[in-house]
Amino acid sequence: MDSLEIFTEKLLVELDSFPPESLKPDTHYRQLPEWSSMHVLIIIAFCETEYGITVTGEDLRGCSTLRDLHNLLLTRQ
Amino acid sequence: MPSTISAWEFAFPERIYSSEDFYGEFPALKRGNLEKTGVLQRYVASEGEHGSDLAFVAAKKLMENLQLDPSSIDYLLYLSCDLDYYAPTTAGILHHRLGLKSSAGALDLVQGCSGYLYGLQIADALAQSGTHKRILLLTASVLTKYIHPQDKGNRFLFGDAASATLIEHTSQGGFAPFLMGTDGSGAEAIFIKNGRSRYPGIDPNAPDIIDEFGNITTDNHLQMDGLAVFRFTMRTVPELVNTYISQQQLKLEDIDLFVFHQPNQYLNELLRKKLEIPEERFIHCIENYGNTVQNSIPLALHHAAATGQLRKGMRVVLCGFGSGFSWGITLLQY
Repeated sequence: MDSLEIFTEKLLVELDSFPPESLKPDTHYRQLPEWSSMHVLIIIAFCETEYGITVTGEDLRGCSTLRDLHNLLLTRQ
Repeated sequence: MPSTISAWEFAFPERIYSSEDFYGEFPALKRGNLEKTGVLQRYVASEGEHGSDLAFVAAKKLMENLQLDPSSIDYLLYLSCDLDYYAPTTAGILHHRLGLKSSAGALDLVQGCSGYLYGLQIADALAQSGTHKRILLLTASVLTKYIHPQDKGNRFLFGDAASATLIEHTSQGGFAPFLMGTDGSGAEAIFIKNGRSRYPGIDPNAPDIIDEFGNITTDNHLQMDGLAVFRFTMRTVPELVNTYISQQQLKLEDIDLFVFHQPNQYLNELLRKKLEIPEERFIHCIENYGNTVQNSIPLALHHAAATGQLRKGMRVVLCGFGSGFSWGITLLQY
């Protein structure tokens, strides 16, 4: 599993509609004006294709930051 | 005798709903997110535009293009979720409007996103029975009429259209056996609850169903669980394609072109990458139409032919998947 820094870098490439520097590991992403249903799909697809880890919508609702998501993936390895 | 696709034609509603129109209606939405679906514009049916009318226009255009004698058509299939009446069949009404011979059968088929594959399979089976040489397959979707005005995601994604496809006997090439499938546990993933037998009529007091992004729908409108659809697609389609190609005793590299249902360009790109299909062999065709349900595959075939990506003699895999859940795949030696 990649470090939080590398995980965040890779995920930000996929979530390219967020302005630079707006989304960091401890940003509450749901509060960003750009946050949309497409991002839910992108994050879940990224976790599956990059790490082979299944993340459900319910899992994602339990995460508020990318750090939370990274910690979740660490438990699923 | 095997059958093949000989010709196709299309019809669209009058009104184009562009992405500019969309953001004019929803100015608070940030651009750049929904664009990942690949949709730039979509045709949307008005109240007076019905699926069967669009299908009629597509059929007339096809028949005029080919100077086709109506009496030469042996069977009419109308594949749509939009039927004119509870009874009789819409196909029978279209049969009359098109002036087909009385000995030509006419049948309604109801299926969603995988519908074109189901229609082709039935048409091919009729052709292979030997008694039907020429089958007219009509598809039509006016799904935008069932999307709630405040369901922003689905309003951006879906568009309306109709297609007419001529399927005929061929002495060269044609369809390989079809592989179809169903998983009814996914019934509510793409769902319009009210308006048919179990919940007849429209409920004027249906409460709003609001998701975390502020999209609104009701039991009278389309409800789509995007994540469930995503999971079904990624779980089912790659395995289906690999299994089918292997059953045909071929390898992925033996296939010249892959023409899938066009639900969402981002999702189809995930499929392409997972299957390791080269970009030049995979058709994307959603930007000018949106997700047109049963019409997306014939539209993609037309796009591929118009751009020179589809040529005679090619091995083409056609794959539809979606509501039900349902799926279908075939190999066409074009």
